[in-house]
Amino acid sequence: MTTTTSAHTARRTGAGPGNSRMRARRQRDGGPAMLMAAPAVLGLAAFVAVPFIVAIVLSFYDAQLNQVRTPKFFGFTQYVRLFTDPVVAGPFFRSLLNNLVFAIVVIPVQTAIALGLAILLNSKLKGIPVFRTIFFMPVVFPMALVAVIWRLILDRSGNGLLNAFTGFVTAGHFVPQDWLGSAGTALGAVILLSIWQGAGFQMVIILAGLQEIPTERFEAASLDRANAWQQFIHITLPGLRNTLIFVTLYTTIMAFQLYDQVYILIKTAGGNQTALQTVLYQGTSSLFDENNLGRAAAVTVVFFAIVLVIALVQRSLLKQRTEE
Amino acid sequence: MSTAPTTARRNAQRTARRIRDYIILTVLALVFIAPIYYLIIGSFKPSQEVLAGFSGFLPTDLSFANYGSVIASLSSDSTGYFYQFMLNSFLISAAIVAGGLIVNSMAAYSFARLRWRGRDRVFVVVILLVIVPFQAVAIPLVYLLAGMRDTLFVQIIPFIANAFSIYLFYTFFLGLPTSIEEAARLDGLGPAGTFFRIVVPISRPVFATVAILTFLSSWGQFLWPSLTTSDPAVRPLPLEMSVFSGQSPVDWGSVFAFGTLLVLPILVVFLAFQRFFVQSVAGSAVKG
Repeated sequence: MTTTTSAHTARRTGAGPGNSRMRARRQRDGGPAMLMAAPAVLGLAAFVAVPFIVAIVLSFYDAQLNQVRTPKFFGFTQYVRLFTDPVVAGPFFRSLLNNLVFAIVVIPVQTAIALGLAILLNSKLKGIPVFRTIFFMPVVFPMALVAVIWRLILDRSGNGLLNAFTGFVTAGHFVPQDWLGSAGTALGAVILLSIWQGAGFQMVIILAGLQEIPTERFEAASLDRANAWQQFIHITLPGLRNTLIFVTLYTTIMAFQLYDQVYILIKTAGGNQTALQTVLYQGTSSLFDENNLGRAAAVTVVFFAIVLVIALVQRSLLKQRTEE
Repeated sequence: MSTAPTTARRNAQRTARRIRDYIILTVLALVFIAPIYYLIIGSFKPSQEVLAGFSGFLPTDLSFANYGSVIASLSSDSTGYFYQFMLNSFLISAAIVAGGLIVNSMAAYSFARLRWRGRDRVFVVVILLVIVPFQAVAIPLVYLLAGMRDTLFVQIIPFIANAFSIYLFYTFFLGLPTSIEEAARLDGLGPAGTFFRIVVPISRPVFATVAILTFLSSWGQFLWPSLTTSDPAVRPLPLEMSVFSGQSPVDWGSVFAFGTLLVLPILVVFLAFQRFFVQSVAGSAVKG
């Protein structure tokens, strides 16, 4: 993938006689060319750039969604409250912590599962397409539905599948648990259903990465009598470096966007709010439950700052690789 | 090359490894498919048998009754109509996919192949926007678009222009040979004519990729409609899924029938165009 990108860049910067000839003539493209780009550029300006700037501005105001009182300039008060006011900061830090724990657990576990599946699928066994279809299938399930299916599997009564299973395996010694309602297990339950839905997506990306590793390397290693584990450590992992960096950072960003499933589980399935709330959940509940637009905007800005840091880390890690 | 006994041993090892791999794959496949099986079988079972321990898995007393009761219980202005939710989801997704394909491919072509003042600077900004997740602008957008609350339009318009789609189109167009376009331009076709008549027909793979990725994300959309709609007349399926399953007393058989109907369209598209789906997702990773 890196090679194609650099080839593109070379072409774009205009190496080669054919290109410069076209370019000279294309000075005339002006009007129509701008018109072709205009709808998308204006759309991005209106629905990404402007709202983002508005979020920053609003975060410095005491404002409401239903403008009952006029917005009042607030300076850094929203941020100060977010990080220091016990009433506000408590749930906010808990939300950040929940996002963080989610990321720290999901990233290694989901990546390991996806990597394992990808390696199994990369062999020449018969029936591989069927397995690939099955592992990928949850990816097309809308999160709103995933939350409801798992809410039943994890039901707190003895009739929930998981409780029925644990009861059966332990011959009734394990009493039914309120997996979603109790603080100790709620986030774990959300992690479980999120991995079920997301692993196939990662698997497909890693599989594409695996197929880019030249098979000669494995053949050479077998001739040198390297066993499967040695091949995995010395060929597979280094060959997947960029893919794994991408997948890890992508999953981190996804972890900070965690919202749909926790919202549905808290609001409709008796999910433990303290253990499940996330940064985005804080944002929307500030907006709708407390009608505090300024604070919701400040939460948005903090959320974006986190995503930005992650994206920059990704950038620098990938760059290191190219410079090596 | 190798002596007979080692070959035999190697073959035996290979067979053993194969069997082991099949066992692992099968166990994992059962784990992955169990929730899907539970959903579908539950949608055909009487409600009291859905949440009933292991017997929820048994294919007993199957009927279409739950599907009938989904339609029947969602058939008034106050609850909304099932066909209306389905239609809303279709209209929203179709508009986002169609609008997005046109608008983003045109822009990408303009960035990749045409010359105009400020092009490179605008393109850099567009690429920077790829990292801004929609969630980061959802809250200010609720405020800015408050006047459009409870419309289908508000659920469509923010998603048409998409920086990532532009990026995918852009890299594809850069990879096309320039000779055909040059010939078309010499024959007197303008930039738009060249794009629509020459470039679009040879770019089907990238259009399929962007269409699939866009459909996948728009069909399951939950956050944005939950922030901008309260009227059942404009509510899409995933949002109604949470409303419907949050009512008490809850009828699990009907909820699973609803869920099956929610996932069915995208599941059918997935099974029909599997190869494209998988390639699209794999291709989206080039992003890094």
